[in-house]
Amino acid sequence: MRRVYLDNSATTPVLPEVFEAMKPYFDERFGNASSIHHHGQETRAAVEGARESVANLLACRASEVVFTSGGTEADNLALFGLADPGDHVITSTVEHHAVLNACKHLESQGCEVTYVPVDGRGLVDPEDVRRALRPETKLVAIMMANNETGVLQPVEEIGRVAGEADVCFHTDAVQAAGKVPIDVNQIGCDLLAISGHKIHGPQGAGALYVRRGTTLEPMLFGGRHERSRRAGTENVPGIVGLGKAAELARGGLDRGETEQLSTKRNRLERALLQLDAAGVNGAGAPRVPNTTSICFDFIDGEALVIALDLKGLAVSTGAACSSGAIEPSHVLTAMGITADRARASIRLSLGKQNTDDDVDFAIALVMETVARLRELSPAGRPVVSRHEGQL
Amino acid sequence: MKCSIEVFGGRNLRAVAQSSRLAAETVMENLKTIAVAMSGGVDSSTVAAMLRAEGHEVVGLTMQLWNQRRLAGHEGMPEAVQGRCCSLDDVYDARRVAETIGIPYYVVNHEERFERDVVQPFVQDYLSGRTPIPCSLCNNHLKFDQLLIVARQIGADTLATGHYAGVEFDEKRGRWLLKRPADLAKDQTYFLFGLTQEQLGRTIFPLGGMTKPEVRELARKHGLALAEKPDSQEICFVPGGDYKRFLDAYLAERGEALPDTSGELVTTDGRVIGEHQGVHNFTVGQRKGLGVATGSPLYVIQIKGDAGQVVVGNNEELYSRTLRVQRANLIAVEDLNEPIRVTSKIRHRHEPAPALLEKSGEDELLLTFDEPQRAITPGQAAVFYNGDIVVGGGWIV
Repeated sequence: MRRVYLDNSATTPVLPEVFEAMKPYFDERFGNASSIHHHGQETRAAVEGARESVANLLACRASEVVFTSGGTEADNLALFGLADPGDHVITSTVEHHAVLNACKHLESQGCEVTYVPVDGRGLVDPEDVRRALRPETKLVAIMMANNETGVLQPVEEIGRVAGEADVCFHTDAVQAAGKVPIDVNQIGCDLLAISGHKIHGPQGAGALYVRRGTTLEPMLFGGRHERSRRAGTENVPGIVGLGKAAELARGGLDRGETEQLSTKRNRLERALLQLDAAGVNGAGAPRVPNTTSICFDFIDGEALVIALDLKGLAVSTGAACSSGAIEPSHVLTAMGITADRARASIRLSLGKQNTDDDVDFAIALVMETVARLRELSPAGRPVVSRHEGQL
Repeated sequence: MKCSIEVFGGRNLRAVAQSSRLAAETVMENLKTIAVAMSGGVDSSTVAAMLRAEGHEVVGLTMQLWNQRRLAGHEGMPEAVQGRCCSLDDVYDARRVAETIGIPYYVVNHEERFERDVVQPFVQDYLSGRTPIPCSLCNNHLKFDQLLIVARQIGADTLATGHYAGVEFDEKRGRWLLKRPADLAKDQTYFLFGLTQEQLGRTIFPLGGMTKPEVRELARKHGLALAEKPDSQEICFVPGGDYKRFLDAYLAERGEALPDTSGELVTTDGRVIGEHQGVHNFTVGQRKGLGVATGSPLYVIQIKGDAGQVVVGNNEELYSRTLRVQRANLIAVEDLNEPIRVTSKIRHRHEPAPALLEKSGEDELLLTFDEPQRAITPGQAAVFYNGDIVVGGGWIV
């Protein structure tokens, strides 16, 4: 069966160049990067080279990059490393669970958390952040790009609000990295999280940018790895892969490759919007170039995802919980989208590897399947006009 | 229960198809795909393995119905709930089986509907002095309704489950029949009486002709790691079977107090002999926990939910010859125009007893047993049989 993968916001295939770069570090160059001998020096050099590549992607200093096991650990380190009991934290209602559930834990530890809302397009109003500030506010944590809708938050304005109040600003850039240029100084953030496997690097490797001078308590205690910010022997192959992926992502951005992504995404979106009662979630907001969250009224998104998978197209709906069941999307409901529409939404996200042919395949299959499911819909198929503008 | 014609259309074609499946497969390609409701237990896992081995396209589906961690630690509920329906363990087991036999597998979330159609009626029944059977409601509203819809949507016309029961099309009557299985000790038809003709026409029970030991043997043969997994007996969302703690925890989570249903303990001749703490603490036939000491053993004879009264009496008074059911579902016959002889179960573990079944009103049937039956319990179902054929069933009022 032909299989087309359009779930690149979940994870991406490792690029061949990345895989090649990683290979020697599984066997030939196996040293512990902390060892003083030749073997250690070899891997240390590789780790530091990767650090420079990541720094280059984020426009920061190499010394400001802390390698982690991924995006979740980077987000957790930012929040737990900074907030103490009694502190106040500001975040948004549409964050990834790596931030939201970390905030829930902070609340149980005696922190206060304000969850600023989003508008119908999925955007945070920086003035809401300003209004939420308190004397004891320690941290603002607002994502750069949303994982479900791809909506880009006004992080530069939020960074200014936080900077003026002398409050640390963390942004989860896991879904933004490689898709839009990132410059930590332009954003004005003190912390920023990225993940390797979202940018065609390996799973299990990520990084946290920590602005020089930011005091961060570690979560793991042990050796003095990562400038005592993250104890534990480095995952050298993973870090090398992340470094290579960051380098390639940076090159892609410089060469305007993301425009090819948005061209494909827009074509996909336009075609699917030809279906009746279909609309793009977050359509009115700036978005990353590869993602679209589309609602097809009267459809059970869960059934649609399964039906598409059985025909060879991999897409997703909502956020997958650990059992694999699909829970109603907190992101879409926070945008004021009804539970029915949230359930009728699916996410398609493109990657570098996707061809025009893939897009054609997806268009044909989704259109056919949505039409079939609507015929089977228990609610019948009420006659309604197409969504007007954004949802 | 309403199922749209759209969803269950084309019944006659399928009726023909099911009676000669091979011919059907060449006619309707869709029939080759079978969705299996997988719970992570031995029975449904074996069904999936059997159908796969027979060459069908099989898709495994698990319904996520209840978050087992939801009430954990609440109001004296156990902290960790393991090895039960919808637990991560069971989903893990089902997924492992799907991997082993090489079929696609998905978890579909129906927690909202389960709470609405099964959990809330369960709570309401207890608070009204009835003793509910959530499994039947789950079959009617979830497994053979929502899951059938999902199956159809993903291209599977037929749903297979691991229930011990039989289904076949009766050409003469033009109806789908639900039948008792070969292994009467495992008979689950009591919980399936609510299935409509449309639902039965889309369902197969591949274990209907097998005994449990045979099923386990087959599971071993197919290399399923869970072949020795113990059977689950309890209500899936009530850990340890302690429904009283569940009621407390569930209501507390919703910010509601347990309604005060306390009242009088009265004898069958109307004498007040004590008080009780709430009707939900009692079920018909119960002997322990009445809180009164008398010379002879006392049993709960009746629970008058509206009056808050619990009627007690001696063992003989527990016996009754008649019962009425409402919301009946007839399977083997279209309607009940004249009284018919049946045997009837009044609870899952009950030997079907001979009785006369007749219409007694709009949406009400009267069942008159030849011999008085012990502890006829409102909230339970009465299921009617003609030999091994399920005639139908209804809810005892």
